[in-house]
Amino acid sequence: MPKNNLRGVFVNGIFNENPVFRLVLGTCPVIAVTTSAINGAGMGLAATFVLIGSNAVISMLRNFIPGKVRIPAFIVVICTFVTMIQLLMQAYLPSLYEALGIFLPLIVVNCIILARAEAFASKNGLMASIVDGVGMGLGFTLAMVLMGTVRELLGNGTVFGFSLLGASFEPVLLFILAPGGFLAYGLLLGIINAISNKRAASKKHEEVKAA
Amino acid sequence: MNLRVSTGPHLLTRENTQTLMLDVLIALAPTTAAGIYLFGLRAAWVLCVAVIAAVLSEYIWLKLMKKTIVIGDLSAVVTGLIVGLNMPAGVSLWIPALGSAIAIILVKQLFGGIGHNFMNPAMFARAFLLASWPARMTSFLLPERLLGTSQAAFGVDMISGATPLVTKARNIPLSDLLLGNIPGTIGEVCKVAILIGLVYMLVVKVVSWHVPVFFVGTVALMSWLVGSDPLVAILSGGVLFGAVFMATDYVTNPMQKIGQCIFGLGCGAMVVIIRSWGNYPEGVTYAILFMNCLTPLIDRFSSKRVYGMVKKHA
Repeated sequence: MPKNNLRGVFVNGIFNENPVFRLVLGTCPVIAVTTSAINGAGMGLAATFVLIGSNAVISMLRNFIPGKVRIPAFIVVICTFVTMIQLLMQAYLPSLYEALGIFLPLIVVNCIILARAEAFASKNGLMASIVDGVGMGLGFTLAMVLMGTVRELLGNGTVFGFSLLGASFEPVLLFILAPGGFLAYGLLLGIINAISNKRAASKKHEEVKAA
Repeated sequence: MNLRVSTGPHLLTRENTQTLMLDVLIALAPTTAAGIYLFGLRAAWVLCVAVIAAVLSEYIWLKLMKKTIVIGDLSAVVTGLIVGLNMPAGVSLWIPALGSAIAIILVKQLFGGIGHNFMNPAMFARAFLLASWPARMTSFLLPERLLGTSQAAFGVDMISGATPLVTKARNIPLSDLLLGNIPGTIGEVCKVAILIGLVYMLVVKVVSWHVPVFFVGTVALMSWLVGSDPLVAILSGGVLFGAVFMATDYVTNPMQKIGQCIFGLGCGAMVVIIRSWGNYPEGVTYAILFMNCLTPLIDRFSSKRVYGMVKKHA
């Protein structure tokens, strides 16, 4: 990973190493809370906030945390930010807070955040870690919004609460139920893999041609 | 003859997918005929749409993916027909069409086509539709014959009724349960026709007796244990239809006989558990899907040790 290339670090989290669709991390909230686009966006932004905060603090403390107790130390830092976002949302966005339910405190054990702490923030400087947090968080948020949009559109006929498909559309209820989460995730993952495989193939083809 | 390169054992036989599926279709014929007789022309439309949609989606998908078109093997026809038989007769025609498309594309083709699906496609389609449009999928019609009048095929005066499972079926005579004078899906009501199909499949050795017998036997035994009439438990709802035509699906079934017995046992137990303590009146669909998921596990623990192979674990 290029250390000084902040732009690379930022874009990395959104596309090449999108936590949801490429690393397949943190799939529990991806399936559980994306019953609507707004829920997906809320969850994604909450996780982004925690990710940026924990990445920044862990990066600053990386030379003080002994290797043997690093996981508990990371968890304490992550817990702090999760508690903050939880109280903030409870105060200012009570309906979203209700909708996200148990999955908001569960950000503590979200593997994306722990993975970035372990794989990136504990090895890189403050600035790079914050950029990585923003990139990864945005990648997560985009994926959550995509999932939420697809499921809300099919399962409720709306996107962000706006009716798109008209009154004659009979919502495919399954898509806002749990099995719909798995279905939508699997299908989106498949489509994204198919596209990137095709791209890689055509890139190779071009390289062969050029050579 | 359709010869294909496949993994062993390479038996020389006239049997291929097409003849096998043809046998299943012949076995389904009495049920189909009974369904159309009982529910009238409306049922025929539903079945037609389901079959055509299944074959079309298979054709379109194979064409789009640039694969060999194998709709001649009749497996899509069987899937479509079973999807249709799982519908209430009065359902809007887009429901069976969508169901067949889901069964073929989502469950069968996305996992690699015939022989690679880990769930019974028709069962998944039914579960999908049931969860998405519960009202449409459970407004069962009373068979026309029961009313003694011949309704217009697309009449608005269709009378819907709960399945005997909801009304607890205490007062329905046994002959009505057997012949199909009860509300239900097109295929599940006429038990006699299903049994004729089973006998045919057993005679031509398309299926073995293990899954259906263990499935139905477990339902009877467990229903008796939880205090309901075992005969009514078997004859109302979709137990017989599921046990004969859907639980016996080769692909989603354990390979060994002992595994098939466990499979049937599990299906039967799940049916009674869902019926007694679940939210739904009927659990055949979910029971079969559940056991489909366990099939690889059952296969693993019931597989015979090949001679000369070292046991991996004690």
